[in-house]
Amino acid sequence: MTYLAKPKLHHPSLPRNALGFTRRDYEGPVSTLCAGCGHDSISAAIIQAFFELAIPPHRVAKLSGIGCSSKTPTYFLGQSHGFNSVHGRMPSVLTGANLANRDLIYLGISGDGDSASIGLGQFAHIMRRGVNMTYIVENNGVYGLTKGQFSATADKGSKSKAGYSNEDEPIDLVMLAVTLGATFVARGFSGDKGQLVPLIKAAVQHKGAAIVDVVSPCVAFNNHPGSTKSYDYVRAHNDTVNFLDYMPEREPIVARSEPGGVQTVVLHDGGAIRVRRVDESYDPTDKVSAMAYLEARREAGEVVTGLLFVNECDADLHDAQNTVGVPLNALSDAELVPGSAALAKVNASLR
Amino acid sequence: MPAMRPLERLNDFVVKFANVNGSGSASANGLFARSALRMGVPVAARNIFPSNIQGMPTWYEVRVVESGWRGRRGGVDLAVAMNPETWAADVAELESGGYLLYDATRPVNAAKLREDIVPLGIPLTGLCHEMFSDPRQRQLFKNVMYVGALAALLRIEPEVIEKLLGEQYAGERKAPLLDANRAAFRRGYDFATAELPQIGLRMERRDRVGDRIFVDGNSASALGAVYGGATVCAWYPITPSTSLAEAFKRYCSRMRVDPATGRHRYAIVQAEDELASIGMVVGAGWNGARAFTATSGPGISLMQEFIGLAYFAEIPAVLFDVQRGSPSTGMPTKTQQADVLCAAYASHGDTKHVLLFPEDPTECFAMGAQAFDLADRLQTPVFVMLDLDIGMQDWLTAPFAWDEGRALDRGKVMTAEELEAGRDFGRYLDVDGDGVPYRTYPGTHAKRGAYFTRGTSKDRYARYTEDGPAYVDNMQRLLRKFETAKDLVPQPAIEGAAQPTRAGVLWYGSTGAPMAEALAALEARGIHLDRCRVRAFPFADAVADFVAAHDHVFVVEQNRDAQMRALLVNECGIAPEKLVPVLHYDGAPLTARFVEREIAEKAAVFNVVPLKRAAG
Repeated sequence: MTYLAKPKLHHPSLPRNALGFTRRDYEGPVSTLCAGCGHDSISAAIIQAFFELAIPPHRVAKLSGIGCSSKTPTYFLGQSHGFNSVHGRMPSVLTGANLANRDLIYLGISGDGDSASIGLGQFAHIMRRGVNMTYIVENNGVYGLTKGQFSATADKGSKSKAGYSNEDEPIDLVMLAVTLGATFVARGFSGDKGQLVPLIKAAVQHKGAAIVDVVSPCVAFNNHPGSTKSYDYVRAHNDTVNFLDYMPEREPIVARSEPGGVQTVVLHDGGAIRVRRVDESYDPTDKVSAMAYLEARREAGEVVTGLLFVNECDADLHDAQNTVGVPLNALSDAELVPGSAALAKVNASLR
Repeated sequence: MPAMRPLERLNDFVVKFANVNGSGSASANGLFARSALRMGVPVAARNIFPSNIQGMPTWYEVRVVESGWRGRRGGVDLAVAMNPETWAADVAELESGGYLLYDATRPVNAAKLREDIVPLGIPLTGLCHEMFSDPRQRQLFKNVMYVGALAALLRIEPEVIEKLLGEQYAGERKAPLLDANRAAFRRGYDFATAELPQIGLRMERRDRVGDRIFVDGNSASALGAVYGGATVCAWYPITPSTSLAEAFKRYCSRMRVDPATGRHRYAIVQAEDELASIGMVVGAGWNGARAFTATSGPGISLMQEFIGLAYFAEIPAVLFDVQRGSPSTGMPTKTQQADVLCAAYASHGDTKHVLLFPEDPTECFAMGAQAFDLADRLQTPVFVMLDLDIGMQDWLTAPFAWDEGRALDRGKVMTAEELEAGRDFGRYLDVDGDGVPYRTYPGTHAKRGAYFTRGTSKDRYARYTEDGPAYVDNMQRLLRKFETAKDLVPQPAIEGAAQPTRAGVLWYGSTGAPMAEALAALEARGIHLDRCRVRAFPFADAVADFVAAHDHVFVVEQNRDAQMRALLVNECGIAPEKLVPVLHYDGAPLTARFVEREIAEKAAVFNVVPLKRAAG
């Protein structure tokens, strides 16, 4: 970490987005994570994504659990309300917050210990409920804050810094999310910002449960030879199936499928993501073949990145609840309290 | 051989129905209780049931009580013995001279009866076989048939019950059911009139019910949550709290639907467990919605970590704890007040929580609504402490009331306008000296008022710090806030005895049901006690003053370890020997007989009885 405070003065020529905000308006205080931590690259990608999407920072609610990853919401979107909750329970807090105010944009930040170990239950249920959010897992396969224990996403046979070997099967959060009904499932690599920023932008624009699993090497405890979550390993075994371009709705969408390995997925708000296929055979809208592909590559020891599955027609939790359009936290007394006449009727029915 | 003297009682007797769980008896038994109310005679009714869906014994006890006492009396005057499995116990429980109504389709061995009771046999199975061909109906209509027989025996006006049936099976769709029920009821009534002897128990029309309603505390609490402005309910099924969340759904579907669009002004999530329930409540509360969960002791145990977070991060939350027999799975379908300490100090570290103790469904409604104002005003979890006896039993209770001019109190929430005007915002800054800071809802203002909520220690401006003095400063402010709560929570109900006395009695929650009756009986024995009913924690100063003003105070409660007494000793600095525990914790609702006996025995030791009377 660095002890230098960020300069408060902005260069007048800093680029501004459609709302007139500069990138600085999406930043937070300086990170206290280790120098070179993959998580800081993810924070930078989040800042970039929200800046480019021109989302008012105060309309975002960022929530996290406990762990290195869960500390990061402090370091981006400083004008957003944040909630660093309890270990493994961010999904329930985010679900409740989302129910209270459907108008905000919800960003959940978690890690592999937080989501795959202590929080696996809540991870599963937030996906199956279709909560409208972007859930980012900063996945390094290790417990950093307690100094290097394996997490449940550590690959079988991978070595800890202390020299121990992990003998348990790994939990693949991406595969799990697909089976549980998440409607936008992607995997990125903290070392590849060019791929990660569009993935985050598309996830934010997606309506429903969107998860971006980001492999994020831990420079302190999981970046050594023998680790399958190190920079070197991921770079050598990355199988990128596609790249994304996010197009806001103001750009005309010509065709659903374009030549040259480009597939267009129309989002609920009229915008679209353009999927530039690297692997021609990979269709992220086909759940069954996507799962078969993911499993085959995993067997081969590869890390598949890109947009892995998307289903843009699903409804979110508020649709299932049939809630009113006004946020529940903004309803007036008159809309909430049935009054004494209604109470008299209840009384009469109980005599 | 005991002399046979059949009981003679008017509007003051106990009828106990012994049934098999899942046999459809609940509706018929409820019909019987309501018929008394429609005759203007109060009842105290209790369902005694196992943790089982079908096949186990279940009982329904109705105390017809013109004087209006609310508790169980103890003993049974008329048993309706419909369960062969519990026959021996049901017969044994009858008072001498009591009556036994039973299915006489097959002859009953005289050895299975008692000579000091009056057997009343009616061939229910046989009659139902004659009337119905469907096996399910043959079983089901035995229930309403014995209600018919009871109406004849006890001289309940049959028109009253027929009217109740008409209300229950209103509408064209239910017309065939109504006809069948009426026919079975009439068959039982006619058989008893023609074939059974007249008995000494009698119901006679009175006007002692007034405008009171007959309702359970879980429904009342749920209705209170609707009136308290709750919009988010997250819960996990657990006996005996389940019907609270279900009632909230029922009331919301009638009272909280936007008439123009049909869409809901509420959200209800059945969570995957209690951890997720309270997590959702905390998330919604943080985001400015009024949110609650309903649970019981095991759920409170699971929620501990989140409760500590909500206390420390100061997030409003309402928890309805419908207490049951504990610890562990304990006795899920029996009543206790055994979560008092667990709730008062829930979570690790130094915590204290606001608890409300409703004494009946009327207070469940009032406190159920008030809990949301308190949670917002104090920015902290608020527990409404019901128990199975209040939550799941129907009580005859004062009607629900709502002041039309009452506005929901959202507490200290800084608005966009105030932030825009440059008002200083420190999330944990004690601006008013009452320990309660201001908060902002997420998304309020583009540049001001955002803060980071965390379970870690922080300074007055919500910035992370591990600085000792800043931590202590915050913890002390939380204590000041708890002091502020003292004046905001429901105040104790204190009442003097008929004669000046140096002894008092203190109780809370459902323990109040038999207290009036027990105290009247004690008074008749010359034992006078001043009364203090605790309605909330933190304790108002009046509670400590009450204890200070007496030599001894009996603390009546339904747990083994005298938890309220421990809380009083701990929080009010009371000398433990002043507080005399009176404890009942076998899972059955408290009876006046028990309270009277226990206090009388203990009072003798403490010379509570005036000396001249004791000497005489």
